[in-house]
Amino acid sequence: MNNGAGRRINGGVEEEDDEDDVNGDLDAWERTYTDERSWESLQEDESGMLRPIDNQALYHSQYRRRLRSLSSTAARIQKGLIRYLYIVIDLSKAASEMDFRPSRIAVIAKHVEAFIREFFYQNPLSQVGIVTIKDGVANCLTDIGGSPESHINALMKKLECSGDSSLQNALDLVDGYLNQIPSYGHREVLILYSALSTCDPGDIMETIQKCRKSKIRCSIIGLAAEMFICKHLCQETGGTYSVALDESHFKELILEHAPPPPAIAEFAVANLIKMGFPQRAAEGSISICSCHKEAKVGAGYTCPRCKARACELPTECSVCGLTLVSSPHLARSYHHLFPIAPFDEVPSSHLNDPIRKQKINCFGCQQNLLDSGNKAGLAVVCPKCKRYFCLDCDIYIHESLHNCPGCDSFRHSKAAPASED
Amino acid sequence: MASAPSKLYADDVSLVVVLLDTNPFFWSSSSLSFSQFLSHVLAFFNAILTLNQLNQVVVIATGYNSCDYIFDSASDLNRSFENGRMPVMSSSLLQKLEEFLIKDEQLSKEEPEGRIKSSLFLGSLSMALCYIQRVFRSGALHPHPRILCLQGSPDGPEQYVAIMNAIFSAQRSEVPIDSCYIGAQNSAFLQQASYITGGVHHKPQNLDGLFQYLMTIFATDLHSRSFIHLPKPVGVDFRASCFCHKNTIDMGYVCSVCLSIFCKHHKKCSTCGSVFGQAQSEAASASDKKRKTPET
Repeated sequence: MNNGAGRRINGGVEEEDDEDDVNGDLDAWERTYTDERSWESLQEDESGMLRPIDNQALYHSQYRRRLRSLSSTAARIQKGLIRYLYIVIDLSKAASEMDFRPSRIAVIAKHVEAFIREFFYQNPLSQVGIVTIKDGVANCLTDIGGSPESHINALMKKLECSGDSSLQNALDLVDGYLNQIPSYGHREVLILYSALSTCDPGDIMETIQKCRKSKIRCSIIGLAAEMFICKHLCQETGGTYSVALDESHFKELILEHAPPPPAIAEFAVANLIKMGFPQRAAEGSISICSCHKEAKVGAGYTCPRCKARACELPTECSVCGLTLVSSPHLARSYHHLFPIAPFDEVPSSHLNDPIRKQKINCFGCQQNLLDSGNKAGLAVVCPKCKRYFCLDCDIYIHESLHNCPGCDSFRHSKAAPASED
Repeated sequence: MASAPSKLYADDVSLVVVLLDTNPFFWSSSSLSFSQFLSHVLAFFNAILTLNQLNQVVVIATGYNSCDYIFDSASDLNRSFENGRMPVMSSSLLQKLEEFLIKDEQLSKEEPEGRIKSSLFLGSLSMALCYIQRVFRSGALHPHPRILCLQGSPDGPEQYVAIMNAIFSAQRSEVPIDSCYIGAQNSAFLQQASYITGGVHHKPQNLDGLFQYLMTIFATDLHSRSFIHLPKPVGVDFRASCFCHKNTIDMGYVCSVCLSIFCKHHKKCSTCGSVFGQAQSEAASASDKKRKTPET
């Protein structure tokens, strides 16, 4: 006891010594700024206006890290293009916590809406269903279907939270539904889990094995903290588990599930699916629409098998059940089959080579790469056509365009000559 | 600070990126000569630049072996309105075009006969989209961009997938692609591009009056298009072509792994090599019908 007291006093004395030596008589709030002074990194340009803090290099290195992790294995990984995804939303008491502003469930609802739109944009042939967990019971909110509006409308109406969360009930329900889908589809579940516990009627390990046998790929995004059972579930079924740190991180994590994941070949049997490619009806033709059950004039699509009218594509004909798509819907997924190689970084010494007298421009947007606005050394080069691109074009090309302008602009691809203008 | 610039950038300021077809194989067999075509087109560019002081025109030439930027009205060299001359006439556009054509010819190599002599439309479209992304990044005040394709060459079917990628990217960024097709047949790519992105497609009947078609249809800025009657898309054909025969089909079979389209049942997919489980396909389509629920 005496020793403890002695140590405490000594400790106190040492602390005071430290403070006196280093910080003098600074207040507590001032001490937090001794190491980090964020205002000093601001810069002014010639006219005295503040230049925005250069996050570009940071953003670009994040992007490249992500790209490398995605394409690290093989250049062409088979992806599951026809996906049947269930989104499980935890509406337990924990989802009404306010550590995410305004509340976890509000943030979840907003980003699930954006996710559903993005999902249908990237996977036009896939279908989504929503399941909620409330008071320990899992309920199916919307059946699996291909229309984004119906899911979003149903979700926005039912956002009250109460009770416990039950992972096993949700998995049992989803398993039951996903067993009914055709065998060529990839079965996936995305669970948005806010609770820190699960209240299960039986042995959840059995349910996990059942899901694994049914070949369902479960991924979880946690909003509270990492849980062993979630990690175990994702490892067993081949999904990904991540925990969101804040709202923007959550948005990033959920949108990562929109592009098709790498497919495990045995999970879905390859099949030929019969599909129809309807023609657009002529302007001014009148017919009874099969989805709204009323007469409509003009633009609509005629099913090639039974000649019923449908309002929009892609859809299933409500009379004969034929899947109706148009060729752009299929073409939207072709870039997954022919991905472009990531560009290599160019060392700054190479760009500042004194032999090059002429300006070097980014091949895509003609921006000068040696400008002070775009710091020298931040350029990339395509490994095939050897043309230089700026960072922004690099991100745009790989995330949205999926074509390299350099490779496409030269029929007989030759390496670029030394000078470019 | 904010109010003055917003008066300058009214809704009708536009940036037009023009993709000019310079494919020698097409122009050698066209009824309109290239020099007549250029005279129509240069007058059109000058007209766009006079519609609004802040309008901008960028020209990218689509050659047979290469593509390149030819003209940018926003660059300092081309800004002169001195002596009452129009900026495009007194600029280096014609000179650069000639240099481009010479370079393009030098890049040609021997090719097997029978291939469709299509231009590298894909390359110039990708470059145009990158340039437009740069304009979007330049801040809140920027002209409204659109792309105008002046094409005559036939479509190259090997470019289909990549052109669709570019079209979807343009649709995402809300950039309309207008197209004026001056060749003999129809171009399905241009029709689809204009339809998907919300642009205007037109094939002029009488090429001697090309300038009039350009001025009345393609010169309007995006804001004014809601008040003007423009040619509507008639009969855009979205039917797919089967991968085996290239025929257009309205019902076919799609491989679930790689989404290739076939007109008949096959045992194996020719694109991805997956073997189809035939017993499951009948059961799958039957359960498909049972599982389907009404969408309302």
